[in-house]
Amino acid sequence: MTVEKKTGAKQPAPPRKPRAKRLPKAKWDVSDIDSWGGSRHELGATIPEAGNSIYNETGGWRADVPVIDSEKCDGCMLCYFYCPDASIIIEEGKAVGVDLAHCKGCGICAKECPTAAIVMKLEEKE
Amino acid sequence: MTTEQATILAVTGNEAVAEAMRQVNPDVVAAYPITPQTEIVQIYAQFVADGKVDTEFITAESEHSAMSAAIGSAAAGARTMTATSSQGFALMWELLFVAASYRLPIVMANVNRALSGPINIHCDHSDSMGGRDCGWIQLYGENHQEAYDNHVMAVRIAEHADVRLPVMTMIDGYVISGAIGPMESLTDAQVQEFVGPYRPIHPMLDSKHPVTVGPFDGLHGFYMEHKATQQQAMERASRVIDEIAAEYAELSGRRYGLIDAYRTEDAEVAIVVVGSTAGTTRMIVDKLRAKGVRAGCVRVRAFRPFPAAEYAEAIGHCKVVGVMDRSDSFGAQGGQVFLEVRSALYDCDPRPQVLPFIYGLGGRDIFPANIEQAFTVLRDAAKRKTKTTVERRYLNLREE
Repeated sequence: MTVEKKTGAKQPAPPRKPRAKRLPKAKWDVSDIDSWGGSRHELGATIPEAGNSIYNETGGWRADVPVIDSEKCDGCMLCYFYCPDASIIIEEGKAVGVDLAHCKGCGICAKECPTAAIVMKLEEKE
Repeated sequence: MTTEQATILAVTGNEAVAEAMRQVNPDVVAAYPITPQTEIVQIYAQFVADGKVDTEFITAESEHSAMSAAIGSAAAGARTMTATSSQGFALMWELLFVAASYRLPIVMANVNRALSGPINIHCDHSDSMGGRDCGWIQLYGENHQEAYDNHVMAVRIAEHADVRLPVMTMIDGYVISGAIGPMESLTDAQVQEFVGPYRPIHPMLDSKHPVTVGPFDGLHGFYMEHKATQQQAMERASRVIDEIAAEYAELSGRRYGLIDAYRTEDAEVAIVVVGSTAGTTRMIVDKLRAKGVRAGCVRVRAFRPFPAAEYAEAIGHCKVVGVMDRSDSFGAQGGQVFLEVRSALYDCDPRPQVLPFIYGLGGRDIFPANIEQAFTVLRDAAKRKTKTTVERRYLNLREE
């Protein structure tokens, strides 16, 4: 993991909130799934909709949070591809923020970043 | 080789099953090609090599992998078959539960052979009886004809919309699988029409409707609801097995029930037995009937689902029932079939006494005289004013 530089560094931009358009309404409505009997479930426990893990928010697992300095980012996209939770936000070819609703704070992005543009910081939670 | 008119063939049990598979022509067969695999897969591989079938044939590196490949194939949307026996069945064990819980209509032939140890390759029912709780439908055949018929019907049962469970069909190792007997086959066209096209549910290869098969279900916990639906499907399967047997009878002239009862209507004593030993048992029933003994027998055909009401109907009126198990459940009150039958007859009033017999383990011969001995035990018990002892009675066991 990249060691945070103590001196002279410009404060990196604060992590971005996930954009609203990343969370369209689910087609498979499971809002009342706790009240379902067996026959309402799909045969064999199959999930009949692709990509709905976005509705399972895993950000609460996080202790450390990645902080991105977009000016150091050279756009190699390694953080984007390595992120196990697809949480790196890319705009105009550069890493600009993190989807905190899903980032588990694993630190892989900071480990893989070749320009040390990402550092992990202890997240202070309210 | 194509069959254009119904033919009576002299075949081994393995050939009978392979012929049924050829006529069904499944999309995928995944199997382990080495011991303890049977000739079924070897014969089928020859069909593939000769271009007699369109099947994608996958030779896996173990039975565990063979069943894994079958699960992947069925989830992808392919009509899938496999075959196994003995230790191979045991190695598949954890995947058998997965196939059933994903509700994949895989059809598997299992040639019943003993499990180690001591090392033994001969017939008994330890392999599939050990897998009785894995959620698969289990059909036990008696002879070459039924080996073929069950395997054709199994496709329809597994894929039926009210069932959607994998089906295994059993035949006795060597006694049926390796020995030659008569088999009347349907034509290729009849089998194709009977099984029809396969309509998968949520196939993974349907890229326009992507799905996730086999997700983790622990945080919110719907495991128990899914298990309850598996049981409901099993309950519906009894009716479906019977309906498909009726449809098959119109085609073939051969009608199979969930159980195969013989001269039980007025029977005082009866034996319940699985597989090829049923023929010998019926012969003894006839011999005893000729002497005026009211004897009968029931052959187990569907063991999962277990048609308990049919047993109560067929033999609930008997004084004493003997259950012959070709496998044991060590430490239980008897073999697996005994436990089921006694439970099925518990609510009968008056209640028959049910006695456990163990026979044929590791291919131990079962002679007509052994079955007569069992009937003698039952008749003696029927004459007594008090109930007889219920310990296991072994048939043809060496004792000092």
